Amino acid sequence: MTDLLAIGTRKGLWLARSDDDRRTWSVDGPHLLAQEVAAVGLDTRGAAPRILAGIQYGHWGPTVMWSDDLGGTWQETDHGAIRFPDDTGAALARVWQLRPDTADRPGVVWAGCEPHSLWRSEDGGCSFELVRGLWDHPHHKDWQPGAGGGAVHTVLPDPASDRVVVAMSTGGVYASDNGADGWTPRSKGISAPFMPDPLPEYGQCVHKVAVDAGDPQRMYAQNHGGVFRTDDGGVSWNSIADGLPADFGFPVVSSPRTPGTAWVIPLVADMSRVPPGGRLRVHQTTDAGATWKESAAGLPDGSWTAVLRDAMCADDAETTGVYFGTRDGCVYASADEGETFTLVADHLPDVLTVRAARLP
Amino acid sequence: MSVEVVLPGVLADLAGGQKHLRMDVGGGTLGDLLDVLAADHPLLGRRIRDETGALRRFVNVYVDGEDARFGGALGASVRDGAVVQVLPSVAGG
Repeated sequence: MTDLLAIGTRKGLWLARSDDDRRTWSVDGPHLLAQEVAAVGLDTRGAAPRILAGIQYGHWGPTVMWSDDLGGTWQETDHGAIRFPDDTGAALARVWQLRPDTADRPGVVWAGCEPHSLWRSEDGGCSFELVRGLWDHPHHKDWQPGAGGGAVHTVLPDPASDRVVVAMSTGGVYASDNGADGWTPRSKGISAPFMPDPLPEYGQCVHKVAVDAGDPQRMYAQNHGGVFRTDDGGVSWNSIADGLPADFGFPVVSSPRTPGTAWVIPLVADMSRVPPGGRLRVHQTTDAGATWKESAAGLPDGSWTAVLRDAMCADDAETTGVYFGTRDGCVYASADEGETFTLVADHLPDVLTVRAARLP
Repeated sequence: MSVEVVLPGVLADLAGGQKHLRMDVGGGTLGDLLDVLAADHPLLGRRIRDETGALRRFVNVYVDGEDARFGGALGASVRDGAVVQVLPSVAGG
């Protein structure tokens, strides 16, 4: 059994592997050197694991590449896997999210991109089709770019239905019962202090959303100020930030196995994006946000970095592994559900994304 | 007409390893030339222009030594025998 951790950075991709149940790691790379790797998807549904990478050549534009031999060789579609139709007048700026769907939907991969757009592939990520229902949404003209650009950065297909939830900065949370059309804003209760109405129907700068392991209607959101939970599929959200040292941050990750369990990494505030007191900490809830517990073991003091929205993830092992990477190029892994962490790598470029998978 | 396209080394692999391409084109604009280039070498075409056909922001194209952005952009005239050079701009971090 091998555990694979893909680390996408501003200047390439590194692959860490563990053959001893995540106690020690060997790091291989760089792959795709000098290319920004902002999105990674690990697709373990096929005969061989596929690594999907949303990359940005420094000068030569964005694209999707994939490797079916764990980074040995890379391929891309001649005309581009993600290519805006002519009538949109738009051009792909950045791939923010690559999300393989469930094993019941072989070949289906979702992509969230900048400008705000959702894409669906049925061939494992070699080619994607624009989800017109979201692109043509009447709210689209109101979705604004945040500091990092305007994008669909979170795609959450429901394993048990055709429902898909997306989150964007800015724009908020939207859901569709068929993943194609009928997109409904699902952000009520999430704050938007940068707007005249601080509790709008849509337009929030939601940084990340994660679905609870026990109930697809229960989701967690790390907002641009505020941590929230919904129990009704996003119809209403309520704050669960009490007990955290700060309510700003980027990632929120939920356990794939244990209901009520999720992790965040607080930063001081919008205007001070550093860990409180320089203490880089993971905060875990096991009761859906009613209480939070700080994890410090293995994590540094004197750390004035930040963790970006996709630079944290969990694996699907029986005892969940939790992983994150920092903007100063450190990567940490926990094999005990976020209780203790070990350093996997350091001195890498800014970590933009991490994704973990257990290989057969 | 015949035009020479000069590529930076980093893009040559996308044109079969050639840094100097001799191309026969029917039209007389830079856009016509890049259309033919993209048809022959799609990956190379995507590195130079996005799907709307616009030159990528950090790619500069010189027609006989003149920056096309300041000389008609994709409508810049390309004469028979011209040298068209593709270069990455000063950018990065």
